Amino acid sequence: MTNTQAPLIDMENISIAFGGIRAVDGASINLFPGEVVALLGHNGAGKSTLIKILSGAYKRDSGTIKVNGEEAAISNPRDAKAYGIETIYQTLALADNVDTAANLYLGRELMTPWGTLDDVAMEHSAREVMGRLNPRFQRFKDPVKALSGGQRQSVAIARAILFNARILIMDEPTAALGPQETAQVGELIKQLKSEGIGIFLISHDIHDVFHLADRVAVMKNGQVVGTAKVGDVNEDEVLGMIILGKCPPGAIPGPGAVN
Amino acid sequence: MSDPAISLDRARASELGIVARFFKATELDTRLLGMIGALVIIWLAFQFLSGGQFLTPRNLWNLSVQTSSVAVMATGMVLIIVTRNIDLSVGSVLGFVGMIMGVTQAEFLPKLIGFEHPATWIIALGIGIVTGALIGGFQGFIIAFLGVPAFIVTLGGLLVWRGAAWWVTSGRTVAPMDSTFRLIGGGPEGSIGATWSWVVGIVACLAVVGMIINSRRQRKRFNFPRRPVWAEIFMAAISCLLVLGAVALANAYYWPIGIVRKYAEANNIIIPDGGLFISHGIAVPVLIAVATGIIMTFVTTRTRFGRYVFAMGGNPEAADLAGINTRWVTMKIFIIMGILCAIAGAISTARLNAATNAQGTLDELLTIAAAVIGGTSLAGGVGTIAGAMIGALLMQSLSSGMVLLGLDTPLQNIVVGLVLVVAVWLDTIYRRRTA
Repeated sequence: MTNTQAPLIDMENISIAFGGIRAVDGASINLFPGEVVALLGHNGAGKSTLIKILSGAYKRDSGTIKVNGEEAAISNPRDAKAYGIETIYQTLALADNVDTAANLYLGRELMTPWGTLDDVAMEHSAREVMGRLNPRFQRFKDPVKALSGGQRQSVAIARAILFNARILIMDEPTAALGPQETAQVGELIKQLKSEGIGIFLISHDIHDVFHLADRVAVMKNGQVVGTAKVGDVNEDEVLGMIILGKCPPGAIPGPGAVN
Repeated sequence: MSDPAISLDRARASELGIVARFFKATELDTRLLGMIGALVIIWLAFQFLSGGQFLTPRNLWNLSVQTSSVAVMATGMVLIIVTRNIDLSVGSVLGFVGMIMGVTQAEFLPKLIGFEHPATWIIALGIGIVTGALIGGFQGFIIAFLGVPAFIVTLGGLLVWRGAAWWVTSGRTVAPMDSTFRLIGGGPEGSIGATWSWVVGIVACLAVVGMIINSRRQRKRFNFPRRPVWAEIFMAAISCLLVLGAVALANAYYWPIGIVRKYAEANNIIIPDGGLFISHGIAVPVLIAVATGIIMTFVTTRTRFGRYVFAMGGNPEAADLAGINTRWVTMKIFIIMGILCAIAGAISTARLNAATNAQGTLDELLTIAAAVIGGTSLAGGVGTIAGAMIGALLMQSLSSGMVLLGLDTPLQNIVVGLVLVVAVWLDTIYRRRTA
């Protein structure tokens, strides 16, 4: 990892407040190509909010976002997708009443030359991409409401990787999954990483993500406690960052660190 | 057949029973079939109770004309309810727009371009549709961009537009309508006659066959599982039979003798001894309703907009996060609803040959009931245009059948109310079982 190249994502001094509560308060965080950064913190630490600003779901009050070193204007989910930022939300954010193909292409439908939906072509690539992620998946005609938790998760993941994402945000990606499916997601993260995609992993449980991440960034009360390379800190030290906001010697302290 | 998907689908199919296999092969909507079944039962019951007066070409033809107005609006109500909204103002909007169209052709245009000008009907209709679109857009804007719940906005609209309809002429009824405009409402003149009805029927049959072939070709393109050939032929045959049967029925209803006499005199035709039989054929309002249904079905199933409507209904937040401009889609839905109200207003104004400020009163409830009986879920995300139109036909069959039996109006209302509740209850059970 050479830090001389421009970071894929560089969020600087991001702040957002909801009715007087500063959910994110001057947070800075960056991500390099082929890197996995785990964003950790308690429930309500501001990590999901920070990441929703990047994915365009929330509009920041202040701060800048740079993509590949250039300032990016992201004010809605469409903008973010145009920069190759794809998000897998904790709630999966699937349209329950339409089928898998319709979900994969929601907002970016394939059209026939006559301007109508090309359902057959969409189903074709849906079968292709789902075949890679979950080869036993066959229920292409059913609304995703009828699918199991793991199947829904693979639909959400397929949607994120279908459009050649360069930055992938995964919010609690394994929270709803069994051990086998969790391992599958781990494999997928390694594969995407090797393709040069930068990944933000968001979790409140460090055991889920510690072995997958290159770096960890810890948030508390809307501020960044510190960031550290995984090799420079151990799990206990990271736990100390999450719970106490105490920055260990191996980490670079942020504004939220207590002395 | 190297595609594993196909062999797996086949393997699944073989586990099913013969009936289930039939439904899977034909991809028939069992829910819709159930509704048609209910409709047939109601028709047969009225036929029996009325001593054979219900299932006559005349009654069914009238039924189709009476259904048109609500059926047109029900197609739009589906989109509104699917996105978890409601529109209580459609009856009042119908009344107001009907009034605008009435005044335009009976009082405004005659001064400008003369009485019975050939362009009168299209100008009046155009002004009506623009007015409807503006009203729908205005309400949709408040709902989508200002965030006021649809229930409240359209409840306000219910009062506002009914009052506005009164305001246009201070409550005076406007009549008569332009003679060309009147064709929109049906009647012997407003029907297309036997020959054209057959033409329409045959074109419809060709379209059905063409669509089936095209969809088969599309699926072949990517080597997807296809319906068995017998199922395709079966579906094509049933559809064509239904279409041609409806045409034959409409053609079996002849002009009343008085009108035939007047027509014969006007055209110097000598009425033969056996009497002169002129077929009504399909009524213009029915054609309009069917065309609206086809267009709306196309919009909901084949366009981006339709896809977004259903995605939003299933999970509004997810649709937003997927980058869909949900507010604009919501506003568009209400614009469409306004246009459909205008079309429905044209039909009922033309049929009545007058515009009154009470027109369309309580139509909002009939429209919502038609959509809901037709399988549109108030929880959002589920509904079909065809279902809503059959729902409208079912409601109209009930009330017109009860009129035929001479039931008192209060009793009619009680029955319609009960049927609505029971229908939704049965649907809830059906959904729970199939989910």
